Amino acid sequence: MTTTIEAATVPKRAAKRPEHGPGSKADGWSRRLPLLPALVFTFIITQLPFVVTIYYSLESWNLVRPGSRHFVGLSNYAQVFTDSQFRQVTLNTVVLTVGSVLIAVALGLLLALMLNRAFPGRGVVRTLLITPFLITPVAAALLWKTTLLDPTYGLVNFILRPFGAGQTDWISSFPLTAVMMAIVWQWTPFMMLLILAGLQSQPDDVLEAAGVDGASSFAIFREITIPHLRRFIELGIVLGTIYLINVFDQIYMMTQGGPGIASSNLPFYIYQRAFLGFDVGQSAAMGVVVAILTTIVSTFALRLIFRTFSGNEASA
Amino acid sequence: MSCAGAGALGGGGAGKTVTVAIVSNSQMQDAIKLVPEFEKTHPGVNVRFVSLSENQARAKITASVATGGNEFDVVMISNYETPQWAADGWLVNLQPYADKTPGYDPQDFLPKVRDALSYQGNLYSVPFYGESSFLAYRKDLFQQAGLTMPDHPTWMQVRDFAAKLANKKTGMSGICLRGLPGWGEVMAPLDTVINTFGGSWYDMNWNAQLNSPATSQAVDFYVNLVRDYGEPGPAVSSFGECATLMGQGNVAMWYDATSVVTALEDPSQSKVVGKIGYVPAPVEKTAHSGWLYTWSLAIPKTSENKQEAWDFMSWMTSKDYMHLVGTKLGWGHVPPGSRASTYQIPEYQQAAAAYLQPTLDAMNNADEEHPTAMPVPYTGIQFVSIPEFQDMGTRVSQQISAAIAGQTSVKDALDESQKYAQTVGDTYKGVSK
Amino acid sequence: MSTSTTAPAGPSAAAQHDEPRRKKGSAGRVIMAIVSWVVGIVFFFPVLWMVLTAFKQEADAYTDPPKLFFAPTLEQFKEVLSAGAGPALLNSLFATVMSTILVLLLAIPAAFAVSLRPVAKTRDVLFFFISTKMLPVVAAIVPIYVVVNEIHAVDNIWTLVVLYTAMNLPIAVWMMRSFFLEVPGALLEAASIDGASISRTMREVVLPVVSPGIAATALICVIFAWNEFFIAVNLTAAQAGTVPVFLVGFITSEGLYFAKLCAAATLAALPVVIAGWVAQNKLVQGLSFGAVK
Repeated sequence: MTTTIEAATVPKRAAKRPEHGPGSKADGWSRRLPLLPALVFTFIITQLPFVVTIYYSLESWNLVRPGSRHFVGLSNYAQVFTDSQFRQVTLNTVVLTVGSVLIAVALGLLLALMLNRAFPGRGVVRTLLITPFLITPVAAALLWKTTLLDPTYGLVNFILRPFGAGQTDWISSFPLTAVMMAIVWQWTPFMMLLILAGLQSQPDDVLEAAGVDGASSFAIFREITIPHLRRFIELGIVLGTIYLINVFDQIYMMTQGGPGIASSNLPFYIYQRAFLGFDVGQSAAMGVVVAILTTIVSTFALRLIFRTFSGNEASA
Repeated sequence: MSCAGAGALGGGGAGKTVTVAIVSNSQMQDAIKLVPEFEKTHPGVNVRFVSLSENQARAKITASVATGGNEFDVVMISNYETPQWAADGWLVNLQPYADKTPGYDPQDFLPKVRDALSYQGNLYSVPFYGESSFLAYRKDLFQQAGLTMPDHPTWMQVRDFAAKLANKKTGMSGICLRGLPGWGEVMAPLDTVINTFGGSWYDMNWNAQLNSPATSQAVDFYVNLVRDYGEPGPAVSSFGECATLMGQGNVAMWYDATSVVTALEDPSQSKVVGKIGYVPAPVEKTAHSGWLYTWSLAIPKTSENKQEAWDFMSWMTSKDYMHLVGTKLGWGHVPPGSRASTYQIPEYQQAAAAYLQPTLDAMNNADEEHPTAMPVPYTGIQFVSIPEFQDMGTRVSQQISAAIAGQTSVKDALDESQKYAQTVGDTYKGVSK
Repeated sequence: MSTSTTAPAGPSAAAQHDEPRRKKGSAGRVIMAIVSWVVGIVFFFPVLWMVLTAFKQEADAYTDPPKLFFAPTLEQFKEVLSAGAGPALLNSLFATVMSTILVLLLAIPAAFAVSLRPVAKTRDVLFFFISTKMLPVVAAIVPIYVVVNEIHAVDNIWTLVVLYTAMNLPIAVWMMRSFFLEVPGALLEAASIDGASISRTMREVVLPVVSPGIAATALICVIFAWNEFFIAVNLTAAQAGTVPVFLVGFITSEGLYFAKLCAAATLAALPVVIAGWVAQNKLVQGLSFGAVK
């Protein structure tokens, strides 16, 4: 089975990379030129503020205590690393990001499989399903906090009440879960769309051939569909992680990071240091630490995932 | 600026534009509705509003003023910021403007409010709206249960009432109290409880007092009261949630700002209009315990339209404005707690009969200078008037909120809080008051 | 494809012949259709509830049990519109459209360069793009504010256009690169033998093939730009405020304005929801680009 697919796809891939002439200097530049505007733009807009952030991180500067600004070297960093809350919040960030992405992908896969079958009104159901992704996150978070999860007037408890379980105060008892629910609700449709796109791009002839061969549906799913979907699922995981690691709106609107710091993630915690403590130096130091941490983690994660993509590019 | 035109996509026009940053409470929304009246009499001035929720507004206004940003000509701040920012030299001294403006009468501002907004005897912001805190209770429920609310209740009495009136089966809570983290959220009512129980944030030598016996007892009381007899989901409840619960008839008592009346006495929002009585903030060891808070308007030093800014804010805080609101929008909409003369308007007296006197009494009894039973090195009732308080108060509030949610014990919460408070207190040791 | 229903039928299914199998399939199909509809409605319900609430009076918005039937009113929408929803919608529209155009102008050549004509270190370049998305904006917002304030660009809609472009560009490059990889090599080869210039190759050979991918990318950019809140709230004031900022301005600490909030939220979400509904086929088509072409 596997061999059939590879046989079908390999020639296509091989043909994709035509050998261009030997890379002369002029040729190299003409190839780089289209890349430059985007590269320069991104560099200026994203890296310069980051450099300023590094500079601020070496200062003691409280915005609301004028005249307090002075150079302190690395002491802000020392504080970050001894801050037990910072560690707790880092853990929250990991749980929130990984949890939301995995649940959204799993649900998205199920929904995509569901939508990939023909049934009356499929278009309408798909429209209903993608809508949460289109809703402004600020509005979605408010919706969850008030109409859905409110302990007294919320619909969730209203539905649970006949089963004797409608007294849960979701947002204070399970703050991280509540935030995750709102996020998953919005991101599942995105994952679903991506995976659905993957399903619909399956070459029909291969599936038919497999069906004629008498392979069971489950075998077809395992042997053909899942390997085919892998690329789409991985793309979903990468995009989801990138966005959700910096998620802010939902936490800000739903829990303000509480109770305590139970639902604070790193961006929210830094926000509080910057806009509540007005401690520019320390929030900058935290920002730098977070940037370094995420870059390290994502380097590993991306390299892993890049393997599939680079499979297109270099090998094959 | 070549791009300035493109920035004003929403329209714009000739003349000077005054940009006002305000907190989106109902009285401020009323002001936005009435601005055309101002622009009629001041043809050269356009007023534009940025209206944000309280937390967002405070973060944005503080960042803007502290970094010398010049996007705002008028900012809405409170009695927490005003004296500090005046001392930092960030605000325009309004005393000369106020004295020069005919009929403005700054002496008419309620004395406690005026003091709270002055620095070295000069006004640096002018009050739009002021509030203290008091206890609202359902007269009908008390009657049914055969209970009598004393004229000056103590917290112990309030707890007994709450215990008797709470009923899980009917969904009735004995009392609603804020539990949401935030120095202006759970900390506001809690601070008044701490003060009247004999606790404080610091002693005279800036030693933190958050796990002292008196403070611990007060916090323990508050947390247990709301956990045992309070509203569902107390750790995320604040003014809005309590307003809804009491307005829908699910709560017997509510201790909060005097502005609760806007929500409770408005028939379009509330099902309990006319059933509510108001008594002063409950006490233990002090004679009074209500807080003092005002939303006021100030001009940042960086504003390029100071005169126009003043023209606008003096209009919005004038005696005439009260009449304008009363006649155009209804007398229940008049912003309370700023001017003594407001309380002399017959129509207002009639509209506000249910709560006028309790509100005025609370405003006049709030004492920012001597908030606690024992002397303290700071001023402020529901806050400590130092710049670090926003952050410290919020961190402490997160601990308290976690205790209310049952995720930590009151003792652990306060021990942790004590550490934050001491770190801040240490930077003030040796600095004279 | 009838994967999930027949799979649980187990070993017996294999033994069955054509006729009973089809019957079973149709019963399963009905059940699956019903399940699909139920799931769709459950997912959509919060949105529906938001829209319903927007037509309620405040006192009906918060009740226990929740009210499904009520006398609808347009009062909340009127209030929202009179509170300045118009300028906010215009600002959002401008920032969204302009930034998306800029993103496409920058990302298409870049994606072309890193996919069809890769040079050394392509992977590093891609990684650089994606890594800028990992930097927490919160950490940089104070420096950004200080710089923007220094050049007197606070509360200017162009500031948002530039920042949104930077925000969406990495994703756009990334997405489009994978679409460009699907361009058949034979086509390119033919063009390069013809001696066509890069820009002509782009225009005549590549773009027609990847246009569904571009549409999908653009839609994603539109969604993220329209819904962005944090940058907007910190860098705008009275003039350039966008829809999410406007929406948050409706949150009062006084409560019981939920119907109005829902009306504002409905208005805020409407343009992008409609755009998404209309373009959803393009999106799926774009994302599944490889085979549907």
